[in-house]
Amino acid sequence: MFGTLVKKRDFYAGGLMTLLGAAITLDSMAYSLGTLTHMGPGMFPLMLGLTLTLVGVLILGTAVVTPLSNDENILPKNREWRGWGCILAGPIFFIILGEYFGLVPATYSCVFVSALGDRTATLKGSAVLAAGVTFFGVLLFSYVLKIPFPMFRLGH
Amino acid sequence: MISTALTDLWYGFGVALEPHNVMWCFIGVFVGNMVGVLPGMGPLATISILLPLTFGIKPVGAILMLAGVFYGSQYGGAICSILLNLPCHPPHAVTCLDGFPLTKKGRGGAALGITVISSFVGASWGITEMIFLSPILVVVALKFGPAEICSLMLLGLLAGSTLARGSPLKGVAMTVCGLLIGIVGSDIETGTPRFTFGIPNLFDGVEIVALALGLFGIAEFMKSVNQLSEVDTKYTNVKLKDLRPTREEFRRALPAMFRGTLIGSLCALIPGTGPTIASFVSYATEKKISKTPELFGTGMIEGVACPEASTHSSVQGDFIPTMSLGIPGDAVMALILGALMIQGIVPGPQLISEHPDIFWGLIASFWIGNIILVVLNVPMIGLWVKLLTIPYKYLYPSAMFFVCIGVYSTNNDMFQVGEVVIIGIVGYILLLLDFHPAPVLLGFVLGPRFEENFRRAMLISRGDILVFIKHPISAVFIFMCVLLIVMQIYVRLRPPKVLATNIVLATDRKASEAAE
Repeated sequence: MFGTLVKKRDFYAGGLMTLLGAAITLDSMAYSLGTLTHMGPGMFPLMLGLTLTLVGVLILGTAVVTPLSNDENILPKNREWRGWGCILAGPIFFIILGEYFGLVPATYSCVFVSALGDRTATLKGSAVLAAGVTFFGVLLFSYVLKIPFPMFRLGH
Repeated sequence: MISTALTDLWYGFGVALEPHNVMWCFIGVFVGNMVGVLPGMGPLATISILLPLTFGIKPVGAILMLAGVFYGSQYGGAICSILLNLPCHPPHAVTCLDGFPLTKKGRGGAALGITVISSFVGASWGITEMIFLSPILVVVALKFGPAEICSLMLLGLLAGSTLARGSPLKGVAMTVCGLLIGIVGSDIETGTPRFTFGIPNLFDGVEIVALALGLFGIAEFMKSVNQLSEVDTKYTNVKLKDLRPTREEFRRALPAMFRGTLIGSLCALIPGTGPTIASFVSYATEKKISKTPELFGTGMIEGVACPEASTHSSVQGDFIPTMSLGIPGDAVMALILGALMIQGIVPGPQLISEHPDIFWGLIASFWIGNIILVVLNVPMIGLWVKLLTIPYKYLYPSAMFFVCIGVYSTNNDMFQVGEVVIIGIVGYILLLLDFHPAPVLLGFVLGPRFEENFRRAMLISRGDILVFIKHPISAVFIFMCVLLIVMQIYVRLRPPKVLATNIVLATDRKASEAAE
């Protein structure tokens, strides 16, 4: 029975929520609980932590009683590591280049890198798209909305 | 009562017709209609992207615009369903069933025409309902003490999390997670930092923009990248003159429209049942009372008119609990409430009397917005249809930029861009585990107010937890919560007919997809 249980998606879903709930319950003990009349900062999180643990256990329970379905794979059939990587790398480039070089390089790199996540993307196509978005983006945010983010800068 | 409502409405038109407000309303519905058409972009992502841009404008304009995106996207979504058979937005999934066969028969234009009319009828009814119902609700709600507010919020949260898509248990888990994320930051009474992991940037709490863009932006992009197939634009050549339905089609669609409107407005009154459920229920009803149920799925105009009318009447009705009680029914409403809170406006029953310009201006703008949408959709149908062909590979990288800059500009803080990346990864993992992240936002927005009222109720009752069932109104809400839970358990153990028809609908869809 345990062998089929570890294949189920709900086993991991329930387990995750149970662990999270337990962690929060334990962590909320560190704040002062107070009394019911004068609740301290820890009381509400404690109640939520306990609720989450209970719900997690219930999800685990449904995983035990429901039969194994054919689609229990957690990762989708096509693992889009390239897509996922590029989408996450986009904002990271934005943070680093934005912090040290300014809005224009940040925008350009963010769009360029994210665009490469599509399997049919080409370097040239992505570069053109990034240039277009940078142009209109800078126009909108720097000139129209005037956000305090220099277009270019060196160092911090 | 009626005359005051009409006077207030007149005042609302005064507000909504101010030139800059008309402009914001127009931008809202235009952008909404656009993202509704674009496959792979939803109203949630769009509203979260636009949210930071509204900080600089006045609250009325901001709310008109964000609301416009929501109902505007419902108009656009229908185009996508009818012409492409792509249910890009859940409320329009049932519209595909009869809309696409109509398109194949060459009557796609007429189906779109009927959709626009039904949408307008449904929306008009939903707005009327809001005009007369909200003031009554407010009169009742103003008498609520902390205990009642607390129970009502509990009911709202429970309904929002269990009646939405997917497993109710997982919905509740997501709501609790949302409440917990709402706790992050300094405690309102003692100032103790909670769950901040010692990071000073988290002392003010998690920004709603970062949460929404992580969950509905980055996580959704990760889910959709390389997954959307090239759209088939074979049938998308629709001209203005094609929109006119024949007399016969119109005669058949008209009663279906009214039935759909009624069902939609009823669904809107039950918290948590948004437009998606309304459209499913109305389609099933229409099929049931039809003389020729076997023809549904082959291109019945009623099958387009009814769900579309109910979607729109429920979309407008969704604003009733949000604006009059401060309790959002779904994630979109939670975002709009979040936008109000960012503008420094406290949601709740006092909103109508304290900020009549927002409330009545919003209602009046619904009429204006819906008229703009009809005008936008009818002559410009060719343009919207062209938009269908924009590939996702150009869309999501551009959206990524808006995500980054949007989050950055809320506080001019790079740390929050990092926050968005982390929330996006967590959101995607949750999606993979079959959690729907929409209730997170519900919990997040209501969380702080829930805690505050809970503490207050406990203080007033001197720590008596039974106060929630000792006050009669509160007891009714608690009873409804229990009823909801019992109902859910009952449904799990023995699926009732509505669910069964939904399953039939789903299998019908699969069959028709297989037949393509």
